[in-house]
Amino acid sequence: MKKIEAIIRKSKFDEVKEALHLIEVNFFSYWDVTGVGNEKEGHVYRGVSYSTSDIQRRFLSIVVSDPFLDITIDAILKSANTGDVGDGKIFVSDIEDVYRIRTKEKGVDALK
Amino acid sequence: MDVNAVLDLMWIVICGILVFFMQSGFTLVEVGFTRSKNAGNIIMKNLMDLCIGSLGFWIVGYSIMYGDSINAFVGNPSLFFSDVENMHNLFFQTVFAATAATIVSGAIAGRTKFTTYLIFSVVITVVIYPISGHWVWQGDGWLTGLGFIDFAGSTVVHSVGGWAALIAAMLIGPRLGKYTNGKSNAIQGHNLVLGALGIFILWLGWFGFNAGSELAISGDSANAVAGIVITTNLSAAAAAVAAMFVSWGLYGKPDISMTLNGALAGLVAITAGCAAVSPMGAAIIGVVAGIVIVFSIEFVDKKLKVDDPVGAISVHGVCGALGTLLVGVFAVDGGLLYGGGFAQLGVQAIGVLAIGAWAVVTSFVVLYTLKKTIGLRVSKEEEVDGLDIHEHKANVYNKY
Repeated sequence: MKKIEAIIRKSKFDEVKEALHLIEVNFFSYWDVTGVGNEKEGHVYRGVSYSTSDIQRRFLSIVVSDPFLDITIDAILKSANTGDVGDGKIFVSDIEDVYRIRTKEKGVDALK
Repeated sequence: MDVNAVLDLMWIVICGILVFFMQSGFTLVEVGFTRSKNAGNIIMKNLMDLCIGSLGFWIVGYSIMYGDSINAFVGNPSLFFSDVENMHNLFFQTVFAATAATIVSGAIAGRTKFTTYLIFSVVITVVIYPISGHWVWQGDGWLTGLGFIDFAGSTVVHSVGGWAALIAAMLIGPRLGKYTNGKSNAIQGHNLVLGALGIFILWLGWFGFNAGSELAISGDSANAVAGIVITTNLSAAAAAVAAMFVSWGLYGKPDISMTLNGALAGLVAITAGCAAVSPMGAAIIGVVAGIVIVFSIEFVDKKLKVDDPVGAISVHGVCGALGTLLVGVFAVDGGLLYGGGFAQLGVQAIGVLAIGAWAVVTSFVVLYTLKKTIGLRVSKEEEVDGLDIHEHKANVYNKY
């Protein structure tokens, strides 16, 4: 089992969710994050210009069984892409075990 | 009491109620344009200057302004105003005095000691405002004698508040982090929704402020009142449009808070001449105010390096003076453009300068004394954590 963590543009979230839904990845968590990066945005507030490197993105955390790994990553890579700097990143790591609290199922069964 | 007298009295009371409501507008603008950690302090300042103004004006302020004139300079003071036939006037003038006081609050938001603000509030409502108001509105004041026109108080109310705000913001100094190595930084307001609602409430209240200053609605005053409502609205609208386009040109996008300030600039500017100018004159005054406000806010912020989070100095001080001067240009009776020559403009300039100097000098004396005694600013720690938590032991935005 793998954990796929993806940081994507907020504007791409609906497309990514739809793409994951199509490959039957229906369970995942997400939250909004603020990061710092190379991108600088210029703003003006009441005549004073300032720039901020704070970047607003959405963070997805998806745990899948091994056979789903490649198609999930493929789905995110395609659906979250605009081609511009700042599309985000995907991180993959191992998951040792999973439990479903209601049924006490364990391992891959708990993911279904 | 005959019907016309009842109508007039009722009109003054209703307009006074509208002006009273402007206090909530000032509170919302100030809260919205500043940071959330000071919101409770701002609520308390705006609530208390109204309360202090109400008490102070009743106790002695009203008589200093409207009592029998002593040398055309000040009213003969008497305590605890109780003339039953003039209670509507006491109410209407009280809410005006509170407006002058509350203007100062915004310019010094986020770093001023609460007790210092309370003391200054007392002084402005019972001494500074009533005395210069006496010169113009009591009937026997020396500026009235010269023919100075300030119908509803561009100078009497707004400039007095604006210049007091300038002196206060200068003496108190900028918020921490506002300037680094002489360069101005943006400290964003935390809720422009509140700020915008405040502007709409002020705009609404202004119809009471200006049209109520006719002090009558019966007979010939009916048309005058309707005309004032129109000049007031046109100026505000024109100024907001002008400020929007100026900010659009300067910053590439139509700036929200500058456009909101633009509407206020137009309202302040038309207040002096709302009964003296034509609808066209009002629209032009609005356009001028809307252009001036953007450059004035930038000038105060970047050149004078005076930290005014809400733009009170520019809106009330600069546009108040501007609007008063423009009466000398656009007054249908005696204005420069209507063949009246420079006489009225000259008188307007004398009034603007005299009342400006009065407000600057008296505010400086009072605030400098306070600076040397109890102090004007909160400690660095209090300012960083927010005034709410230290001055009031409160948190306005609780999470749960």
